[in-house]
Amino acid sequence: MKAEHRQGWLFVSPWVIGFLLLTAGPMLYSLYLSFTAASLLSPPEWVGLENYRRLASDPLFYRSLGNTAVYALMGVPAGLLLSLGLALLLNAPVRGQGFFRTLFFLPSVTNTVALSLLWLWLLNPEFGLLNAGLRGCGLAGPLWLQSEAWAKPALVLMSLWTAGGQAVIFLAALQGVPRELTEAAAIDGAGPVRRFFTITLPMISPALLFNLIMGLVGALQVFTSAFVMTGGVQPGSEGGPNQATLFIVLYLYKKAFQEFEMGYASALAWVLFALITACTALAFRLARERVHYESATP
Amino acid sequence: MKARELSPLAGTLVRSGLTYAGLVTLGALFALPVAWMLSSSLSSLPAVFAQPYRWLPSPLHWENYTRAVTLLPVPRFLLNTVVITAPVMVATLFSSALVAYGFARFRFPGRDALFALCLATMMLPGQVTMIPLYMVFAKLGWVDTYLPLIVPALFGSPFYIFLLRQFFLSIPRDSEEAALLDGASRLRIWWSILLPQARPAVATVLVFTFIGTWNDFFGPLLYLNSPEQATLTLGLNLMKTQVLGSGVVEWNVLMAASLLVLVPNVVLFFVAQKHFLKGLTMGAGK
Repeated sequence: MKAEHRQGWLFVSPWVIGFLLLTAGPMLYSLYLSFTAASLLSPPEWVGLENYRRLASDPLFYRSLGNTAVYALMGVPAGLLLSLGLALLLNAPVRGQGFFRTLFFLPSVTNTVALSLLWLWLLNPEFGLLNAGLRGCGLAGPLWLQSEAWAKPALVLMSLWTAGGQAVIFLAALQGVPRELTEAAAIDGAGPVRRFFTITLPMISPALLFNLIMGLVGALQVFTSAFVMTGGVQPGSEGGPNQATLFIVLYLYKKAFQEFEMGYASALAWVLFALITACTALAFRLARERVHYESATP
Repeated sequence: MKARELSPLAGTLVRSGLTYAGLVTLGALFALPVAWMLSSSLSSLPAVFAQPYRWLPSPLHWENYTRAVTLLPVPRFLLNTVVITAPVMVATLFSSALVAYGFARFRFPGRDALFALCLATMMLPGQVTMIPLYMVFAKLGWVDTYLPLIVPALFGSPFYIFLLRQFFLSIPRDSEEAALLDGASRLRIWWSILLPQARPAVATVLVFTFIGTWNDFFGPLLYLNSPEQATLTLGLNLMKTQVLGSGVVEWNVLMAASLLVLVPNVVLFFVAQKHFLKGLTMGAGK
């Protein structure tokens, strides 16, 4: 082997070893586990497709699937709209840009547990700021996390507060839109709305796709906020009123680490993996013709 | 279409007026929860539940903060968090930078496929490997130690490998080639020529690793069972369970504790704002 080859492999070897030990190996083992009845203590026992069959008739699995879908369908579009709006505002030539950018961005770089506690208090039906504000407007606020109908919207609302991270990505893309293009269109008589849809949006479509996919992947894996905010005092009580916030990863966590059904939980993990892969692939496919990549990058 | 009928100056004025209105409204919505958190954390317990709510507590109840750090062994949590975060930062940086150097500066068969594979693992959801890893770490007797949280950092992290490789590729090779001719080893070149020039990327990696590890909840939740091993984030959740379980919920103390956990993040953000933004947009730039 040439010296350069050997040295190259040597330098990348930490990642290769890590990939084999921490990713590929565990993945294969997890696939195997999903066909076994394994608990933490007993050795795995082959049961074929039994876990997947059980999943297909497990009402809680369907509940978690539905909850996750609803959360993603509400949260992802709302998050994209809000972050795009924030980015458009921040891209305008105004004073105090740095201040507002920091203000919008800061909630997204913080601690999810601390944020969850803040929102638990904000969403408190009796004393929370949110319902106090609604009362001020003459509206009776809902019970939020204590209500089956409002628990998921409450978590979506909290997630919107961290839209600043996506906004930064949109902002970077907006700043890359050549000014000559929009100016030329303005001279040709295109109004601001028309300019946005025919020039700006196509130009930032790669950022849109990126944010869509990251938002989707994040929403499908939502865990911490539901675990902290809808988990009462007893361990195992997570999931909210009538399991309204039992999301897939929360269900997986309960199965694996509270009930120690490692085989069943592994099957659940693979279903989640398939779901995420399918959603990502779908987003890429839908985007293929619509996303504009600049042909000549400097 | 109305804007077009106005004179250009009036149009600009209307638009910047609308922009300011939007910024201020959304700004208020983003700032109010923080102000309320701060206000609650300094209020007495009856004042927290008072209606209408008084935003400016008087006197300021700083003792909520004392209670927040003594209710549970918070200094211990802080120490635990540092003991986990510091080695993870160092290990992630050096392992990722070694691998990135390999991908950026060497030609070897299979390199590009390997790099593509490395990028692909970024999209892999952690849930797929979490259960077997837990079982292995349990078998090794590592549960309730920091090893499951620290050891994986020794093998590099795909996103940082990508980030550092891109940065290395943008650095001219002249001085490296000169050093090579002078007989310097590759490791030496990596350490004393490449890394010092890659300072901005190094800073980005350190900042992101700090934020990720300091605030990690899932890892400590899985692996750290005894309360005295808990990190700040996990400890905050323990505090929640304890406070919510008591008769009158001390929201003022919970808010004080949450604010204390947030402080290092906010300080770091202000110190290293540009590295944050760079790391974020770099990920999207592909």
